[in-house]
Amino acid sequence: MPIPSPLHSRTAPLCITQEWRDWSGYLAAITYQPAHEVEYYAVRNAAGLLDVSPLYKYEVTGPDALRLVNRVMTRDIAKCRVGQVMYSPWCDEDGKVIDDGTIARLGEQHFRLTAADPNLRWFQDVGYGMDADVRDVSTQLAALALQGPNSLPILKILFKEAKLDALKYYYLLQSEFNGTPITITRTGYTGDRGYELWIAPDKAAPLWDRVMEAGKSYGIIPFGLAALDILRVEAGLLLIEVDYTSSQHAKIPAQKSSPYEIGLGWAADLSKDEFIGQRALQAEKKAGSPRSFVGLEVDWKDLDRLYGAVNLPPQVAGRASRIAVPLYANGKHVGQATSMVFSPILKKYVALATVESSYAQMGKEIEFEVTVEYVRVRAKAKVTKSLFYEPPQKKSVARG
Amino acid sequence: MTDFDFIVIGGGHNGLTAAAWLAKAGRRVLVLEKRATLGGVAATEELVPGFHFNIGAPDARLLSPAVLDGLDLKKHGLEFIESEIAAFAPQADGRGLTLWNGAEKNASEISRFSKDDQAWKEYSRQTSRFAGVLAKMACLRPPTIKNNPLGLMLAWGRLALQVRALGGRDMMQFMRVLPMSGYQYLNEHFETEALKGLLSVPGVTGSTQGPRASGTGFMLFYQQMGAARQVSGGVGQVSAALAKAAQARGAQVRTSIGVKRILSERGRGIGVELDSGEQISAKAVLSNADPRTTFMDLLGAPQLEPRIVRRLRGLKLRGSTATVHLALSGLPDFPAAGGDQARLTGDIVICPSLDYAEKAFDDAKHGRISAYPILIARIPSLLDPRLAPTGQHTMSIIFRYAPYKLAESNWDAERERLGDLAVETMAKYAPNLKSLILNRRVITPLDYEREYGLAEGSEMHGQMGLDQLLLQRPVPGFVGYRSPVDGLYLCGAGAHPGGGVTGLPGLNAAKQALKEIR
Repeated sequence: MPIPSPLHSRTAPLCITQEWRDWSGYLAAITYQPAHEVEYYAVRNAAGLLDVSPLYKYEVTGPDALRLVNRVMTRDIAKCRVGQVMYSPWCDEDGKVIDDGTIARLGEQHFRLTAADPNLRWFQDVGYGMDADVRDVSTQLAALALQGPNSLPILKILFKEAKLDALKYYYLLQSEFNGTPITITRTGYTGDRGYELWIAPDKAAPLWDRVMEAGKSYGIIPFGLAALDILRVEAGLLLIEVDYTSSQHAKIPAQKSSPYEIGLGWAADLSKDEFIGQRALQAEKKAGSPRSFVGLEVDWKDLDRLYGAVNLPPQVAGRASRIAVPLYANGKHVGQATSMVFSPILKKYVALATVESSYAQMGKEIEFEVTVEYVRVRAKAKVTKSLFYEPPQKKSVARG
Repeated sequence: MTDFDFIVIGGGHNGLTAAAWLAKAGRRVLVLEKRATLGGVAATEELVPGFHFNIGAPDARLLSPAVLDGLDLKKHGLEFIESEIAAFAPQADGRGLTLWNGAEKNASEISRFSKDDQAWKEYSRQTSRFAGVLAKMACLRPPTIKNNPLGLMLAWGRLALQVRALGGRDMMQFMRVLPMSGYQYLNEHFETEALKGLLSVPGVTGSTQGPRASGTGFMLFYQQMGAARQVSGGVGQVSAALAKAAQARGAQVRTSIGVKRILSERGRGIGVELDSGEQISAKAVLSNADPRTTFMDLLGAPQLEPRIVRRLRGLKLRGSTATVHLALSGLPDFPAAGGDQARLTGDIVICPSLDYAEKAFDDAKHGRISAYPILIARIPSLLDPRLAPTGQHTMSIIFRYAPYKLAESNWDAERERLGDLAVETMAKYAPNLKSLILNRRVITPLDYEREYGLAEGSEMHGQMGLDQLLLQRPVPGFVGYRSPVDGLYLCGAGAHPGGGVTGLPGLNAAKQALKEIR
């Protein structure tokens, strides 16, 4: 039975659909309103508020904190300054991705990590013998994601003293809310301007109230996981167990992926100090990866043709689909699309996909399986970047 | 160009065996021993002026002929003093049970107690056959799951044939009893408690297990691979001879030099850093230290993959042996020996029954010192008078169980209490013992760790249970003396075949290293 999150007293009355999903053991709203598109558009055009308290959170402290985190992560965390946040995957000894998350450097010897899965044992094992302490703070921190172009002005109403205008993408600042410490990170999972607010669970509900109140005139509404799924696909952001399988959960070796195979090769710093999986990744880098992570754009005219043959308009998922679809080229299977959605803002049917590396060049023609009236057919699709949508305000620093 | 071809960390008998073997092959070898004395716990030291004690190992009964002859140790001064007596077990009722080394009289001795003399013949026939197979197995490098060199497979194949050649009945029995408990095995043969108690003792050597634990059957045979033979001048002379053999071939042996850490680079062992800060490079490093000390302390867990660290953390060390060394003004009188001093020249064992042994273990299980301990004593000065001043004697009593982790106290507080308990217990069988004691030194598991570098005081460098033998010794993933760090080998008791003064881990590790390091 999932349990209520620290914000349940606020999210429950708002969730008129009663559509909930189990997220790491917590009840998480899928969509508050019957039409999730409203929530999606709020984030793209105004502001949305999401309860992300179910994330796993860890704190690493002590003289060897950096050494520990840097041994876990594939990115060079030594380059992460105090006040900065980094995103990185982490791998097992064979260079296969276990999970991915953010690393916030709160102090020289103090890091806060987020993860999709429980990772306490792994972090502790990697740090065994080091002078550093790893604590699971998942239940000691609630988190709210305030996302969308209006997120900044709303936040400024709440935190008048904080230098929010100057806060850069993937940086953080510390402030206070009603006398309670709060961390504000300029991060999110929507591909838009956004902030995540980290606070003690008992102060989370009053914070929610204040954000909603301040956001009223900025068009804020709460948004659920259905909208989030569309937003993150548009932003080309991976979802564990959907777009890749954690090496800890893979049932067969073929299900595991290296960072190179899930589009995170840029985050594997092979030249830094030893990290877990480094040797395997060096070897893979040399030999080349068999699979690559790409974006796909399904040819609408071709979809129209396929559905037209049975006198139907194209039927595409209104919500993002997480049911993998096979991809073909020259008559053979070359990969699979793992997340797909009709992008409301781009008006395109887009997907995140894993393909054999020889099919990963931009513009490559691939066939995408569609089921039209119970019959499996193939629609034309084209390989693109996985980052489909990136508005300027995502990373820009506000003026004035 | 590295400073040496091989650096051996630790001048225990296995480290020295490895060094001598490597030097014999013409390689440049350096042995670094932290203590001033060579031999590790197989050392002989003058703990009391004029009295020389065998610190841990009482003799070299298991020393492999491959080491003894392969390194010409007799030429380098090693001499044995054979004793006819294997063990003498005084009983509470005043009788004494003596076992001779492979002698016919054992049956008639046993018949004084019961009709077990017939069973004894079958038992001794069987155990000597089984121990013979184990002795051959101990000399072989353990096979791996895959990719075994042909020569090794042939050797194991031959061993399998030998097991087969035991014949239908004995082969079945062999397979059956190895994982069995010593308790069950002995009960299947005998009814005499005194005999079963005495025979159960080797089965629990070096582990925190009672005779009812599975796998203690294996250890019964392991310990029977050789017969008691005292080393002239003390067991430390084994290491002295090994050091001479190594030095004669050009190896350098330096004492009082501690290694602070093993240096590695990108998963490869490349040398050592001394306590002084000096760094010495080598093509490969062989560690005679136990696996925990080697990998967790000297190398450092952060140099190893988490999956390896996880296994090493699961390594069961669990030392539970203490030794009480007594400087005696004369020979203790054991009335049960009936005035026959010769009976005191082997092991003097206090373990009157299987249940006594199991109860001794029960205390250890709960982190307590055995209230009624198993004692295995030696008076080496009887056969080797040079070990003590004229007319006086050294007596070393191995005390079992003395668990490293005490639940309610600590070893600094319990050291002398244990000494008293050992003496009180032994004095029940040798009433004049207390009046003879000139001096006493107690070595607890904590002392074995602090002074002799044995993690958790485990003289076996890891309990020799079935789960920590062969492919699984010290832990799975450490195949054939190699470690997950290239160029870093384990050459001590933590590697196959395990503990005891055999020299085999050292010999096998040296052979492996010679093959791989050019």
